Amino acid sequence: MDIAGLFLESLGTLTLNKTRTGLAILGIVIGIGSVIALISLGQGSQQAIQSQIESLGSNLLTVQPGAVSQGGIRGAAGGSTTLTMDDAKAISSSPQITTINKVSPELSRRTQVITGGSNTNTQIVGATPTYAEVHKVTMSSGNFISQRDVDGMTKVAVVGPQVVTDLFGENANPVGQTIRVNGQMLNIVGVTASKGGSGFMNQDDVIYVPLTTAQKQLFGVNYLSSIAMEAKSADVMVGAQDEVGYLLLGRHKLSDPTAADFSIFSQQDILNTASSMTGTFTALLSGIAAISLLVGGIGIMNIMLVTVTERTREIGLRKALGAKKKIITTQFLTESIILTFTGGIIGILFGVCVSLLITNLMSIPFALSPSSILLAFAVSAGIGILFGWYPARRAANLQPIEALRYE
Amino acid sequence: MNKKAIIKTTHLTKIYKTDVLETVALSDVTFQIAKGEFVAIMGPSGSGKSTLMHILGALDLPTSGQYILDGENVGELADDELADIRNRKIGFVFQAYNLLPRTTAMKNVMLPMAYADVPKEERLEKAKKYLEMVGLGNRLEHTSNQLSGGQQQRVAIARALVMNPAILLADEPTGNIASAQASEIMDIFQKLNDEGHTIVMITHEPDIAEHAKRIIHIRDGKISADGNGHTQKKVKS
Repeated sequence: MDIAGLFLESLGTLTLNKTRTGLAILGIVIGIGSVIALISLGQGSQQAIQSQIESLGSNLLTVQPGAVSQGGIRGAAGGSTTLTMDDAKAISSSPQITTINKVSPELSRRTQVITGGSNTNTQIVGATPTYAEVHKVTMSSGNFISQRDVDGMTKVAVVGPQVVTDLFGENANPVGQTIRVNGQMLNIVGVTASKGGSGFMNQDDVIYVPLTTAQKQLFGVNYLSSIAMEAKSADVMVGAQDEVGYLLLGRHKLSDPTAADFSIFSQQDILNTASSMTGTFTALLSGIAAISLLVGGIGIMNIMLVTVTERTREIGLRKALGAKKKIITTQFLTESIILTFTGGIIGILFGVCVSLLITNLMSIPFALSPSSILLAFAVSAGIGILFGWYPARRAANLQPIEALRYE
Repeated sequence: MNKKAIIKTTHLTKIYKTDVLETVALSDVTFQIAKGEFVAIMGPSGSGKSTLMHILGALDLPTSGQYILDGENVGELADDELADIRNRKIGFVFQAYNLLPRTTAMKNVMLPMAYADVPKEERLEKAKKYLEMVGLGNRLEHTSNQLSGGQQQRVAIARALVMNPAILLADEPTGNIASAQASEIMDIFQKLNDEGHTIVMITHEPDIAEHAKRIIHIRDGKISADGNGHTQKKVKS
């Protein structure tokens, strides 16, 4: 038989046995589809984390009170009250500091916020106008905290879109309404644009108030919880860190840098932490992908083994009627190739659809690299073809009467 | 023997070995079948008649002894050459029909020709001709599960004949078929033999064996009697 004849024969056998063919294709579709969906979801989450970190601001330096303990976890932040407004002013005005553009003194605390019938627990950030510049905050309506608000200690608030949803419902415009924080009524003057993010990274679940209002009226303190600074360029980050460090050491009357009662993070530190985190994440994903490839592969192997072993008698009959070994193995190979390619293409589409759906629901970016499609397809198709061909070859090597008697 | 011997076996022996047991299925079987004969091989179950049939059909190889089919020493052939012998020289009719499931009568009959690379037009034409010959001209496009047992066996006969083989081997051809249809099948064999086809048939039913002109009795792996239905001559064992 020639190739075209064999192809038609294989196609004929496959279309005659619709249930068997359908089940085999389904096995391959699930195998390839799940691998592709998983890989795509993983890559999407990774991109989401990266873009969130980048949206924190660029060339960012942050001074926080207290020393950094093992693993980057800061201990007893609330207890340290060593950073003050004077420190922030010194950084922006000292002649020793040549590499810092903007300084944003900040006081942030979590507290309960009440309006009308609803309430929520959220982050209150006492800020100055430079906060918006340093942290790349943009407005979707109204205005950010102004210098006049800070100077006059006005009772105004700028809210993040998540807070709007939690307190006023989706798509409501709360500008002009009031919220109650620690017994003070604050007038909402603006809503920030969404930065995305979720969970502990959520930059939309924030209420900004003038720094002075936060210190004096809401929390009754006079220290800062952090000072954020924008360096002039990415190249001077290390120099800026040193300059600010020495200035603050001098101001806090400390001579030994190891005894510093503050620590300075650069955005580079955060990015490094993040990239080691995404590295772990990537390893996790590769593990999941490998397991799903294995599971999908075993599924495909099973269905092919069963369908071909079930046909041992047919192979015996074909041999009895004069089919040579090569004809039989080629026929089953052709059938396996048709099955795995049909199943593979449907599986790729299926996987892409599933991950599109899930990334949409979870609002993370859709990402899929061609190499992962290729990997999933190659492994699954390889397994499908191998286990379609191998039992057929084994049956073709039997004496025809043994194959005919096979139960 | 004045007629040309189409089957010639000498000292055929088949031993099945397992780890603990050695079963002698055939022991020192020697006989000839001439062209145009209609031979029935009879024997109780376990006598070795099926084993003999499988060796005659080149579906299995003997442990020792020689088997010459139409001038070819079957024992010396490689796997693919055996496939060729089965394709061109032997037509099988199995007890269980062994048609391809869910496949039309035409496609079943065309299958051996496909393996022999017969051109498509010739395949169609011959398949149709042989199906008409066995009385299934109006069932060409029926699939095997749409046909009765007797009809399926007639498709199998058409398939066995389509390559114009040297011998027709039938293994209990009426074993699964109701008696009315069984006699139709036997009529077809009778007619084929009258036309000059050499037929070797295995059966354990005496009334079916009577259609044959010569009956070989097998018992315990040996030929116990050989001759025509009425003048059986005992073979010394």
